[in-house]
Amino acid sequence: MTLLEIDSLSVGLRGTLLVQHVSLRVDRGETVGLVGESGSGKSLTAFAVMGLFPSPDLAIRAGQIRLDGVDLRTMSPRQLRAIRGAQIGMVFQDPSAFLDPLMPVGAQVAEALRIHGRASGAAAEALRLLRLVDLPDPAGIARRFPHMLSGGQRQRVLIAAALAMRPDLLLADEPTTALDATVQAGILDLLGRLQRELGLGVLLISHDLAVVAERCTQVAVMYAGRIVETGPAAALFTAPRHPYTQGLVRSTLATAADAKALFGIPGRVPSPADMPTGCRFQPRCPLAVELCRTAPALTPRGDVRADACWRSHDRIDAWRDAG
Amino acid sequence: MRRFLATRTGPAAAAIVLAALLLAVLAPLLAGDPFDGASDALLPPGSAGHLLGTDDLGRDIWAELAYGARVSLLVGVVTASIGLVIGVAVGAAAGFLGGWVDTVLMRVAEFFQTVPRFMLALIAVALFGPGITRVIVVLAVLAWPQTARVVRGLYAALHHAGYVDAARVGGMPALSVALVEILPNVLASVIVLFSLDVATAILLEAGLGFFGLGDPDRVSWGGMLNEAQQYLRSAWWMAAFPGAAIAAVVLGFNMLGDALNQVLDPRGRGA
Amino acid sequence: MPVDPLLEAHEVARVFPGGGWLAPRPALRAVDGVSLAIAPGETVAVVGESGSGKSTLGRMLLGLDRPDEGRILYRAADIATRDGAARRRFRADVQVVFQDSFTSLNPRRSIAGSLGVPLRHNLGLGRAESQQRIDALLERVGLDPARFRDRLPHELSGGQRQRVGIARALASNPRVIIADEPVSALDVSVRAHILRLLRDLQREHGLACLFITHDLGVVRAIADRVVVMYRGRIVEHGAAAQVMSAPAHAYTRTLLAALPHPVRPEAPP
Repeated sequence: MTLLEIDSLSVGLRGTLLVQHVSLRVDRGETVGLVGESGSGKSLTAFAVMGLFPSPDLAIRAGQIRLDGVDLRTMSPRQLRAIRGAQIGMVFQDPSAFLDPLMPVGAQVAEALRIHGRASGAAAEALRLLRLVDLPDPAGIARRFPHMLSGGQRQRVLIAAALAMRPDLLLADEPTTALDATVQAGILDLLGRLQRELGLGVLLISHDLAVVAERCTQVAVMYAGRIVETGPAAALFTAPRHPYTQGLVRSTLATAADAKALFGIPGRVPSPADMPTGCRFQPRCPLAVELCRTAPALTPRGDVRADACWRSHDRIDAWRDAG
Repeated sequence: MRRFLATRTGPAAAAIVLAALLLAVLAPLLAGDPFDGASDALLPPGSAGHLLGTDDLGRDIWAELAYGARVSLLVGVVTASIGLVIGVAVGAAAGFLGGWVDTVLMRVAEFFQTVPRFMLALIAVALFGPGITRVIVVLAVLAWPQTARVVRGLYAALHHAGYVDAARVGGMPALSVALVEILPNVLASVIVLFSLDVATAILLEAGLGFFGLGDPDRVSWGGMLNEAQQYLRSAWWMAAFPGAAIAAVVLGFNMLGDALNQVLDPRGRGA
Repeated sequence: MPVDPLLEAHEVARVFPGGGWLAPRPALRAVDGVSLAIAPGETVAVVGESGSGKSTLGRMLLGLDRPDEGRILYRAADIATRDGAARRRFRADVQVVFQDSFTSLNPRRSIAGSLGVPLRHNLGLGRAESQQRIDALLERVGLDPARFRDRLPHELSGGQRQRVGIARALASNPRVIIADEPVSALDVSVRAHILRLLRDLQREHGLACLFITHDLGVVRAIADRVVVMYRGRIVEHGAAAQVMSAPAHAYTRTLLAALPHPVRPEAPP
């Protein structure tokens, strides 16, 4: 059952689009991954779903975002505020930035409930949520201040707060990037369990394709504001078709077949002010031909996969000659 | 600069502070001799030649106000400057050296902070006699601890900042690390305190003047209020104008600090 | 070991005093009896998570922090008791690359200004010589000197700033580079570039490298030997390939299990 449907979304400043024609679907009980480097527009896509932008100059310029079939763009700011938190929860990279240093964390989770009009029994409900995110001794943790918790515990508190109003959709933007490897695995396990037990739809946003591929059913890869490839996680990771995805797989140190080769994609991400014409990966792509000066659309290849590359049907490993 | 004017309090603060500065600097051009008591006493505002009226000795209130601005700003700026220099030096030494130096200096700073400032100023002036230099010295001695504490905190925080450690690994001597790497990144925050210190000093100086402990050879806003006490019922203007001037300038410097804080605090810069 | 070690930690411990007046905390032994040696041309990875003491160990090896027990030896001489010339030698020879390239560059200094610090203080170069060296250094780390010399740190991308950080370490003509999580703040696709740059430089100059990291992916890619730290102590050490394939300590196994396995057999098709 479709929960979130992003349809041909464009986000940007006046005149410069930073996210272009992004389409994405998250079903209930499903974790979808959105992968991209800094500047790919992956976080802006999440901000657009929340209806919150870090700068007033940014806005949705085209497309639709439907939650449970309702177009969020037709809603008033007030309706949007009600939906935010009640139907969509969000978890960020740096939990400390979203926790009040002077307030016990239990009270902060309860506050999230009160803001959305659930005053009675808020404290007890907060305890239940802290237990739900596998915090040991929830009653003890609830009385502590953020600085007394570890990074992983703070992230769990933030997840508890995001779940306060039993949202259907959880947006997790780099939720584990700042954490240690073992703690990271624990948080991702938790998100997976919540998704299964509560039937949440989860949009997991990360720069790390390996992490996303392990945890998601579907994955979309973004480059320079556009989606370049989508497909089932395992297929995308084992047989990537877009040269950019191929490069990402190859440069992932934790899993690369030959990590010592230290493969990195040559060149760098173009700046929004200076986008190449046609395929935006074309200046860095070893397979680029004249045709690539015309932008390829995200085209379905078979039932479940799609990519935006003129040459993907050749099934060539773009980096086979790379050192 | 553009960011400063874009803050909520910036433009008003700049206007008030600039106006006060102009008034003080241009006093001889804008007003007559404040000690010239040739006119009738207690003329109300709007009288011919005396826009704001005259006081009990027939002196022009506008002239007194203009020359009083000189005293207020002089005391405010000089006091805050001395406080700034002492505060930065003490704070930097405590924060950079740490250990017992830190403990001793901060205990001294705490001592001065816990003493009620105004009482100490009153006692000092009462003991050593009034006079603008003495007032400045007394107020400056009371002004530095707050700056010192803030600077100490910043130094302690930046002590192990990445770029400071990098400079050490680059072979930079400790003194250069303190002065070249850390100090410039500390001063931005201190400018804000400076502005607030000016406001505090002006208020304290006015308070001393009100109790008749200002410099008797100069007109000051506090002194004007002191004289106005006896005439509150009959000549409201004697109290109203200096009172408003003090309020405006103190508010102006406070707002200036507020606006500078918004501009200089990196967290305040839009994401 | 065939080659004499260059930099050694000998039974070092760093104790942070407890405190708290109302609720006393016990002293924390952040690093507790650790011995470690790095030889020229060798890459050693120190693995552990935050709080394992790996960064404190790195600071002590850099001379930025003093051990409460034990000694740090550079060329077999204790760095705490070295005299003027030996101290200058150590300071120039042992350099650092930090994790966060943003906080490790003075926000008010241009790139050339940051690179000039070690040239002036560690090498004692004059202005004109420095300018030439700065250009050569930028060139070596893959940054166009004409474009980057006069820029401020915030005008650079994370990867570019980390290249500047590496150039700065290189400026002192070091023998040892200690890199504290040099790539964990960078995008996956940029990490390999930076690690490759470090490896190439190491081979060129025969540097000894100490990588402090929590990422076993980095260990796979670059380390000859691994030291695993847990709660201030070394719990396992050995050749990188061997530790990765046959971890002996339970904590090392936990770390390995935490690596992403995107194509696990049970993953849905």
